[in-house]
Amino acid sequence: MPYDIKIDNFEGPLDLLLHLIRKNEMNVYDIPIAEITGQYLATIDAMQNLNLDIAGEFLLMAATLVHIKSRLLLPQSEDEVNEDEDEDPRAELVRRLLEYQKYKEAATELDSRHLLGRDVFARDFPSPELATQDEDGFQAVGLYELVEALRGLIRNVPDPSYHEVTFEQLSVAERINQILSRLAGKENLPFADLFAPSPSRHEVVVSFLAMLELVKLRMVRLLQNTRFGTIWLFPAVAEEHLTGLDFDEDALGYG
Amino acid sequence: MDTVDLKPIIEALVFVSESPVKVEQIAEALDVEKQVVVPLLRQLCSDYAMSQRGIVLQETAGGFQFRTRPEYAEWVRRLSRNKPFRFSRAALETLAIIAYRQPITRAEIEYLRGVDSGGVLKTLLDKHLVRILGKKDVPGRPLIYGTSRDFLELFGLKDLSGLPTLKEFSELALEATPAADETL
Repeated sequence: MPYDIKIDNFEGPLDLLLHLIRKNEMNVYDIPIAEITGQYLATIDAMQNLNLDIAGEFLLMAATLVHIKSRLLLPQSEDEVNEDEDEDPRAELVRRLLEYQKYKEAATELDSRHLLGRDVFARDFPSPELATQDEDGFQAVGLYELVEALRGLIRNVPDPSYHEVTFEQLSVAERINQILSRLAGKENLPFADLFAPSPSRHEVVVSFLAMLELVKLRMVRLLQNTRFGTIWLFPAVAEEHLTGLDFDEDALGYG
Repeated sequence: MDTVDLKPIIEALVFVSESPVKVEQIAEALDVEKQVVVPLLRQLCSDYAMSQRGIVLQETAGGFQFRTRPEYAEWVRRLSRNKPFRFSRAALETLAIIAYRQPITRAEIEYLRGVDSGGVLKTLLDKHLVRILGKKDVPGRPLIYGTSRDFLELFGLKDLSGLPTLKEFSELALEATPAADETL
């Protein structure tokens, strides 16, 4: 029997199965596994002929279908009957299909809402960079934003154009002391200023660790006034506590 | 101050706020109780809804914001010369699963979708629609994900309880358009 197969972007094997079951108006609780497996494999073949990338998941599902079919054919052993409570081998697949359909529907529903920037618009505000800095408006910096900032820095590290033999050892403790002395007498310090114009990867990592240590010690707070705006370091202790402290590597556990 | 005088002030405060302004922020600025502000905001909402204005006052992401009416989207886009953006089906599906099932791990998302979701998850994180909530206390300590404030703002939701209720299926829905015909 020739299958009328329309190739489109199926989101995944569940999407494809749902489509096949619907198209054939099959009863989802009594899926004819042999029939559906045949159609499923034919679709994958057609996709391959069109040079579409077949993700491993599609093949995994094919294997699952064959496995289910084999379980349906084989008589169950005594132990298995007791273990599985006589469950239909297709039951898990049916549950997954129905569950997937639920979220597929929810996705369509979400898309039909009035989306900000697509269907409805709010006022555009000037870039937060231009806004005046005001501590009241600051909010705590989230983990992901911090990671984002680090990623940005590492991305900017230029590829070394020559081979460097000298090994300069900048320690976390040294860096902490440097940051503290730079913070002393200041109200705040922008995150980017911790780094030299084109820092080495090593320097970026050490500086970042030093900053995290200071936050952990509750000596520095990280704040920003808009999400994904400039990250600022604020001293969290009185100025006399900032200086005069001597950190050493061993105490921090980097020794 | 009479509450009658407060309404236009509240309107002004909402107007100048960059992100949806919270009742608490308004109450603090006006030095009044929250209970005074809430009914006035609701009045403003219905004032805008009733009058023939191009904008409405919408409650979203735990605050209030002026937004254009959806009917006028095309005109606004003409002015700003922006093309309407589109979500891929993969992104919408993943977003829906995270929204309804949070906190959720990547493995759980992938089980529900039946496909690798690392790439789409990264895109959603980059667009700040999804955020990392922490790590799950199971072997391997996988990251757990949830939706962000930006997600609520984008979809115009008050909070997560404002999500449309999930339809429970015991049968496959028969759609007029089969899956393969969907363009998204």
